Amino acid sequence: MKQTQTLNHPLDDLLRTDRIPHIWCPGCGIGTAFSACLIAMKESGINLAKTAMVSGIGCSGRGAGYVKLDSYHTTHGRAIPFATGLKLANPELNVVVFSGDGDLFAIGGNHFIHAARRNMDLTVVCVNNFNYGMTGGQAAATTPHLARTTTTPMGNPEMPFNLPLLAWASGATYVARWTILHARDLAESIEEALQRRGFSFIEVLSPCPVNYGRRNKMKPMDTLRIFKEKTLIKNNAQPTELGIDFERGIVLGKFVDEDKPSCGELYDKTCRPSLTQGTAA
Amino acid sequence: MEPAVLTGEHYMTGDEACAEGALAAGCRFFGGYPITPATEIAETMAARLPKVGGTFIQMEDEIAAMAAVVGASCGGVKSMTATSGPGFSLMMENLGLGICLETPCVVVNVQRAGPSTGLPTMAAQGDMMQARWGSHGHYEIIALSPSSAQEAFYQTILAFNLAEKYRTPVLIMTDEVVGHMSERVVIPEAKAIKIVERTRPRGRKDRYNPFEPGEFGVPPMASAGEGYNVHMTGLTHDERGYPDMSVECQEQMVNRLVGKIRNNLDDIIRTESHRLEDAEVVVVSYGVSTRTAYAAVEEARELGIKAGMLKLVTVWPFPERQIRELAGRVKGFVTVEINLGQIHLEVSRCAAGLAPALLVGHCGGTLISPEAVIEAVRRIV
Repeated sequence: MKQTQTLNHPLDDLLRTDRIPHIWCPGCGIGTAFSACLIAMKESGINLAKTAMVSGIGCSGRGAGYVKLDSYHTTHGRAIPFATGLKLANPELNVVVFSGDGDLFAIGGNHFIHAARRNMDLTVVCVNNFNYGMTGGQAAATTPHLARTTTTPMGNPEMPFNLPLLAWASGATYVARWTILHARDLAESIEEALQRRGFSFIEVLSPCPVNYGRRNKMKPMDTLRIFKEKTLIKNNAQPTELGIDFERGIVLGKFVDEDKPSCGELYDKTCRPSLTQGTAA
Repeated sequence: MEPAVLTGEHYMTGDEACAEGALAAGCRFFGGYPITPATEIAETMAARLPKVGGTFIQMEDEIAAMAAVVGASCGGVKSMTATSGPGFSLMMENLGLGICLETPCVVVNVQRAGPSTGLPTMAAQGDMMQARWGSHGHYEIIALSPSSAQEAFYQTILAFNLAEKYRTPVLIMTDEVVGHMSERVVIPEAKAIKIVERTRPRGRKDRYNPFEPGEFGVPPMASAGEGYNVHMTGLTHDERGYPDMSVECQEQMVNRLVGKIRNNLDDIIRTESHRLEDAEVVVVSYGVSTRTAYAAVEEARELGIKAGMLKLVTVWPFPERQIRELAGRVKGFVTVEINLGQIHLEVSRCAAGLAPALLVGHCGGTLISPEAVIEAVRRIV
């Protein structure tokens, strides 16, 4: 009998393969965003034994459950403050927050802006699928105006956040946006962010065909087509111009990349200079 | 570096003594948010922690403070927060996370009168049942209740030791009077203070399971960054930490979380007795109200009434067996607490059918007078 050769996936060593299959639906983009994140971790050369992933609750929040690193699946909206405690307790760690738009910007919005203000040394990857997928497709703080969800059956009367603008205004020192169709740019961006000190934020636009797409006349391929045809890469674009408009177009790219001391470094300098003299890099 | 243990005699508030107790116990992370009457704990930690190699951070709210404390503990550092009623309410969800992830940490509630904003600057003991049941789901909790600044110092050390030993959050339920009152506090030399550290895993890193029970039913704990690839989730999980949405796994996990406390009650529960040997009436109290109870017992004795006091050092888990035993030989119980009946309900439950139990309590804002207690004691005898 012919032997079949089993090839390992190149990311297998970073995955809890005993937890696969994952929970993400067919057509969902989270897996692509997650892969990009793992590729970035691998390529960046950071010490993976000193790298932790923290997630909140939701579809994207399941990320922490699949990565074979120290990983923490916390409470809804609280991945960032949990990660803040983790990082401050052990400054050697690289701490990556991988979560969704509902988790990070509705229930967790306050923590996001404060971590950005402090320039907490975290890499925050937000998968934005424009709605709450886990609970069956409710309106989020990112749902476009007039879009239909189960809690906006007549269309969303509210306006969504412009996430890169919010991140920039709050003090994030690295801000980028990609879609899952731009997987390489995304991985490179996350890799770059991992090597930066301070608060890095990467928004990843993702289709949610099962919940968002089907209520908004977007089949899986339609969303990807928009990501291909209606996006424009414009590095250093004005954050105020980054509102998402599926009709007029969506700006992608790296918008902010500044080198500023992180929260931990400023704490050392301000509060315990005598203890850290000569040890700072 | 400053010394973490301020050996010597001091005149300090209960809040300051609590902070000093934490530092002496090895606490090196504090995540807090200002709130009366607990702010002084945060202020002391903000000033002292960086000088002993620790980190203080003022978070954006109490939800974040509690999340950061659980995160810091997962990073391998003893961590604490301190708050009062409104903040305690906000901490409840992540307290549950700490219980489910089995992260040692200490949460101080310097109680003030509620509900809601209530009387921010005035004492109460109205959060005792919230301490027991405030987070959702069924769990066991350890809660201490100091009655003086000196006790605030020692009980904070004890709280950390219990937290580390049982890998669980421990509550310190103090109050505005204990928190703000200045008293003599004697801090011993560092080597005279018994410190407990969490059990660390041994053996092969790839075979480590973060929730596989060890001694006392408590799993050894690996910190992030040690190469164990730990996974932790607030979802119901197996010994590997992997989510398992089965009734069997739920039963196994919750029973173990509850069991590690219930099976070690003799090690955890601490009470103090005063003139209980021949007592006919037992005055049960905790925290600042033990001062009232003590005065009332002394006065009752002078009046020829055989009264004694049972002081709950650990309010939770509740000393059921001790109350039942006493109930079999005394005429009754009087519980003294600044609320309208919380621990009183527990005393009544345990004494039911054996001895009557009365409550001396009020809505909060001031201490209870010994006279009110004596009146209740007279009703029993």
